[in-house]
Amino acid sequence: MDMPVSPTDYAGPLPVPDSESTPYWDGLRDHRLMLQRSAAGEYLFPPVTFSPGSLERPEWVEASGKGSVFSWIVVRHPVPRDIYADQVPYVVALVTLDEGCRIAANIVECALEDVKAGMALEIVYRPITDEITLPAFRPAGA
Amino acid sequence: MYRLRDRYAIAGIGNTDYTKASGRTVRSLATEACLKAIADAGLDVSDVDGIVSFNFNDSAPAIGVATEMGIENAGYAVDFAAGGNGANLITLAACAAIEAGLAKTVVCFRAMNGRSGFRLGGGRDMSAYGVTQYTAPLGWITYPQAMAMWARRHMIDYGTNEDHWAEIAMTFRDNATRNPRAMQQKPMTKDDYLASRFIVDPFRMLDICLESDGACAVVITSSEHARDLKHKPVYIMGGAYGGGPTQGDDLFDAIRWPSHSHNCFKYLADDLWSSAGITSKDVDVAQIYDCFTYSVLMALEGLGFCKEGEGGPFVMDGRIRKDGALPLNTAGGLLSEAYIHGFNHVLEAVEQLRGDAGERQIEGAEICLTTAGAMTCGSAMILRN
Repeated sequence: MDMPVSPTDYAGPLPVPDSESTPYWDGLRDHRLMLQRSAAGEYLFPPVTFSPGSLERPEWVEASGKGSVFSWIVVRHPVPRDIYADQVPYVVALVTLDEGCRIAANIVECALEDVKAGMALEIVYRPITDEITLPAFRPAGA
Repeated sequence: MYRLRDRYAIAGIGNTDYTKASGRTVRSLATEACLKAIADAGLDVSDVDGIVSFNFNDSAPAIGVATEMGIENAGYAVDFAAGGNGANLITLAACAAIEAGLAKTVVCFRAMNGRSGFRLGGGRDMSAYGVTQYTAPLGWITYPQAMAMWARRHMIDYGTNEDHWAEIAMTFRDNATRNPRAMQQKPMTKDDYLASRFIVDPFRMLDICLESDGACAVVITSSEHARDLKHKPVYIMGGAYGGGPTQGDDLFDAIRWPSHSHNCFKYLADDLWSSAGITSKDVDVAQIYDCFTYSVLMALEGLGFCKEGEGGPFVMDGRIRKDGALPLNTAGGLLSEAYIHGFNHVLEAVEQLRGDAGERQIEGAEICLTTAGAMTCGSAMILRN
């Protein structure tokens, strides 16, 4: 079920970093999960220019990389087929980070039937190009 | 809140065949449905001065359809950028436009080659810009994949299970067996449901709506005008459009949504019922946006037919079947009739309230709810005869 890890394997959509997301992708490339935090202390994802309802700029801080399963799916039917036919079945989860916000990521190093709501997770880094590394999570302490 | 209770009405309806391969342009499908709706109302194209649609850049522009139809002066020709949430929004927008004097009689349509052309369920642009940069590279791309994430959370929160979803799928298929328009008319047993393959857990194939080529249209005009036309008017009692505090950049962007066990309908329910001056108990029949089995539960719970989390038990024991207390999706719904992005629900509502639904008719139906949308924003209407 593992997603491809080497640049030559990856045929999926490539993220296009923008002015909001570049620190996030730069962080992942350096194996650090960077999140934005508002002046009120709220962690934000996806990245934004302004903290919600204001013109204040949130600050970028390094996150713990720990969280838990909020919800998950098991993709069995590949769409598009030419990209995902040899990847299915794979797991995509919404992960509640310990900082409070959610993030979407693949779950790896875990049997499909072992994924459970609330399961503790830790981040792993999956480089797909020299510039882009995707976040994934595995069971904590695996 | 919508303040035009009973002042506007649906005077005509029209649709094309629903197929897997129309072999025609989307524009010509739209034109066929619109001209049929105008004729159904007993009107002529020259009586129509507005045209409204919604699309994801997969349909024909309203002005193009107006051109093909031969509308001489389309004063209010508008395309809303919207998904399923648009299917009741455009009818409410037509009423608002007439009230404002921007038009007198408006035709609303949705047209798509949703199977042979641009497939909403079949994947998206493979570039990953904007919010998509955080989702698509994970292989999280299609709408079934998006909605399955919501459905799982309802299972976690409330113990909802495949028995509930099977009942919804089987009920709507049973309704479709009485609908000559329906794309799927073969009866479905529980074994059929359980045997259908998982597409994206927790969804099986039979939890996921059809893909269709086709078009639907309705004609909206003042109630006073409608009373002089061919059919008994179907009045728009009330309506609402809305969602919660973090609707996101698009329908896929629900990472910040407060709880995946409820959707937009929780947030627009009060406006909807107040606008019509009724409660959920007054509804005789409902057409609920069923892009997936799960979306039916969120609409029923959000609109107050039952409490959040109780939608699964609520749909059991025949309650939503044709002879039940709250018949739903009497034409088969998006799961079994066709997927014209929810606009086919409006046509079925009109046929029920006219008493023209044939074998599908719910006896004594006077008030019908229609909903549109399944995630962070949606729309709904209360129609009456």
